[in-house]
Amino acid sequence: MMLEEDTGLSLAIAQIVQRLKGSSLHSQLERQARGSLHKPEIKLESLKEDIKEFLKTSGWEKRLQNAVYSELNVFPSPCHPAAPPEHIKEPLVYMRKAQGSWEKRILKSLNSMCTELSIPLARKRPIGEQKELLNKWNEMGTDEPDLTLFRPVYAPKDFLEVLMNLRNPNYENGDQPSFRNHLGLIQVPLKVKDIPELKDYFSELGLNTGQLGIDDSTQVPPELFENEHVRVGQTVLTEQDSAAAQQYVRQGCPTALRAELWALILNISNQPEDILYYEQLKSNVIQHDLLVDSLIYKDVKLTASNDDYYFVFEDYLYQVLLCFSRDTSVLEHFSYNSATPPKSYIRGKLGMEEYAVFYPPNGVIPFHGFSMYVAPLCFLYHEPSKLYQIFREMYVRFFFRLHSISSHPSGIVSLCLLFETLLQTHLPQLFYHLREIGAQPLRISFKWMVRAFSGYLATDQLLLLWDRILGYNSLEILAVLAAAVFAFRAVNLMEVTSLAAAEAVLADLSTLKVMPLLQIFLFATVS
Amino acid sequence: MATDPVPCTVRSPVTLQVGDVKTDLARPGVSVIDVALPSAQPLDLQEIIFKNSYTAFLTVRVQRRRPCDVGRDGARKWVTCLWNHCLMPSPHTEAGSQDYFSLSRHQLLCDVDQVTAVRLILRQPSPVWLHFTLEELRLYPRGQQVSDCWVDFPSWLSHLAPQQQPENLHGGVPDPEKVSTEVQQLWVLTEMIRANQTAARIGRFDVDGCYDINLLSYT
Repeated sequence: MMLEEDTGLSLAIAQIVQRLKGSSLHSQLERQARGSLHKPEIKLESLKEDIKEFLKTSGWEKRLQNAVYSELNVFPSPCHPAAPPEHIKEPLVYMRKAQGSWEKRILKSLNSMCTELSIPLARKRPIGEQKELLNKWNEMGTDEPDLTLFRPVYAPKDFLEVLMNLRNPNYENGDQPSFRNHLGLIQVPLKVKDIPELKDYFSELGLNTGQLGIDDSTQVPPELFENEHVRVGQTVLTEQDSAAAQQYVRQGCPTALRAELWALILNISNQPEDILYYEQLKSNVIQHDLLVDSLIYKDVKLTASNDDYYFVFEDYLYQVLLCFSRDTSVLEHFSYNSATPPKSYIRGKLGMEEYAVFYPPNGVIPFHGFSMYVAPLCFLYHEPSKLYQIFREMYVRFFFRLHSISSHPSGIVSLCLLFETLLQTHLPQLFYHLREIGAQPLRISFKWMVRAFSGYLATDQLLLLWDRILGYNSLEILAVLAAAVFAFRAVNLMEVTSLAAAEAVLADLSTLKVMPLLQIFLFATVS
Repeated sequence: MATDPVPCTVRSPVTLQVGDVKTDLARPGVSVIDVALPSAQPLDLQEIIFKNSYTAFLTVRVQRRRPCDVGRDGARKWVTCLWNHCLMPSPHTEAGSQDYFSLSRHQLLCDVDQVTAVRLILRQPSPVWLHFTLEELRLYPRGQQVSDCWVDFPSWLSHLAPQQQPENLHGGVPDPEKVSTEVQQLWVLTEMIRANQTAARIGRFDVDGCYDINLLSYT
């Protein structure tokens, strides 16, 4: 956006102040400032300076800094004042249209499921049922409702078909193969980074920088890197500095510190009001039953419950996802998400705006595999309200980009194009071979990226990967890892002669070590 | 408070092409948009705002009428006030292709007072795009604020006098330009905050306790 520096800065400041104004941090700061008036060091002549000094020494300035940093990370930089709200959601018109059509398909699918099964989208639970649910809140996994009639609204491969058909009407999409057509499945000309740019962007993953996931292996003496890294991590936690934590986790989190470091980066503090908010969501779940709940049950039963690592967390998953569906604060993220929350009307009041509501209340319809976004977090957080907040923040910062159509560099379309471009540029023989046998590489790697590799990698490796997602505030590392996996198994893949055989070579990623793969692909491959 | 753009006639882009337009297979990479201003009043230009549509580089020329030139031939001269400004950093890809841009007078190479016509020369070197142009072109005159969300500064803010300094001040007199810029920013900030209410949600998703809904709506 062509905004001069000064105007852009003032606008950014004003927007952040506006957003923080209604927050609990704001009222806490006011309360602290008022309380400090009793202190002897606060003098009337220099009231403003003394209060500012007090807030600094008591650590409240740092909390404000962390909140501002969080806002800068989450919300896009201020747009040109002439840009309408839909432009901020997604600047390219044809992508907005494609997202709209995709959403319409999902709504039709949900509506037809609703009509076929004669189940309402939402209903108030009778008192008896409410009591029963409250009693078994901590063991909802023991319930075995009949879910055979429910089907997931869509699966990743349906979404891939839509992305494959994305076309810019102003682009020369000829049938004849030419330099204009991409050889992969994605045919939109988005800008993606090449390896020199990725090397620069991910410079902390370089060969000369210590990494957890490589330099903490048993053969390496801990004095060389690990001990010092843990010490630095503890200092970062004592200082409670979000920006420093984000920089720190680029080299990986020590297991013992990971939960706190992620909470610091995501600016989650689990205050009493947050716990109260979670309890309020829980009571919403008790009071109203949603059709979406059955979709969540079905998804958890099909995916996480069948996974060796995650089946123990089944109950946690219900506690998080059912509450997530009722959380209206999630609606805020639609200002920068290309998607739009589905709308409905109270029965009998069709078309009357005062009776318009969003469905589900948080505007997010889960798809097949959605619960896998939550499952890995259960290893880190055991208190339901904290687990909930961490997941919600991860969703509105990162995961929503994996299932909506947008031109954002971390959006799934860009990730797919980045993956295909990396593979084609650096493993051209492999790319050509797979294409020739009808095994377009994206058909295999798409499901990995949509789930951020959850359920495909071993948990410790997945957490090391998600460290870097948080550290770089970007999902591009998913595409790089996908390409690195193909590079690693290139020899076997060159020998296969069908899509099914290629899938078989890449079926099991549970033995892979993520950081060495990334390092070799980015920094040690001769191209 | 919100300024109206100057009413002007924006002609459709004329492409410049060597060779026969009908038989030449190559797509043109240059086109020109002429903007005619109401001839009676030459304009002091403050800002040009537009929405890009796949143009990669922009050159802007203005025709100025200078009082010293009146009476002579060629009383109005064309000057280039923006040269090859990059709108799309990577012309084969989408970055910047549909973004909003604004060019204000102090970013331009020359003085843009007494302007009688504006010519925008668009270049798109990449052959992959079918059409390129600019949309929603608006010219804003000087002397008024240009964006909807900015409020008018009281005039006294623009004319802050240097501070009266007591003799025992350490260091020099603070730069009045800097002080006035900072005060302006702070003032805009407070005005915006006062004008806007907090957007914090209450958290209710039902209507008066009822969440009994029909099917999902497609509109």
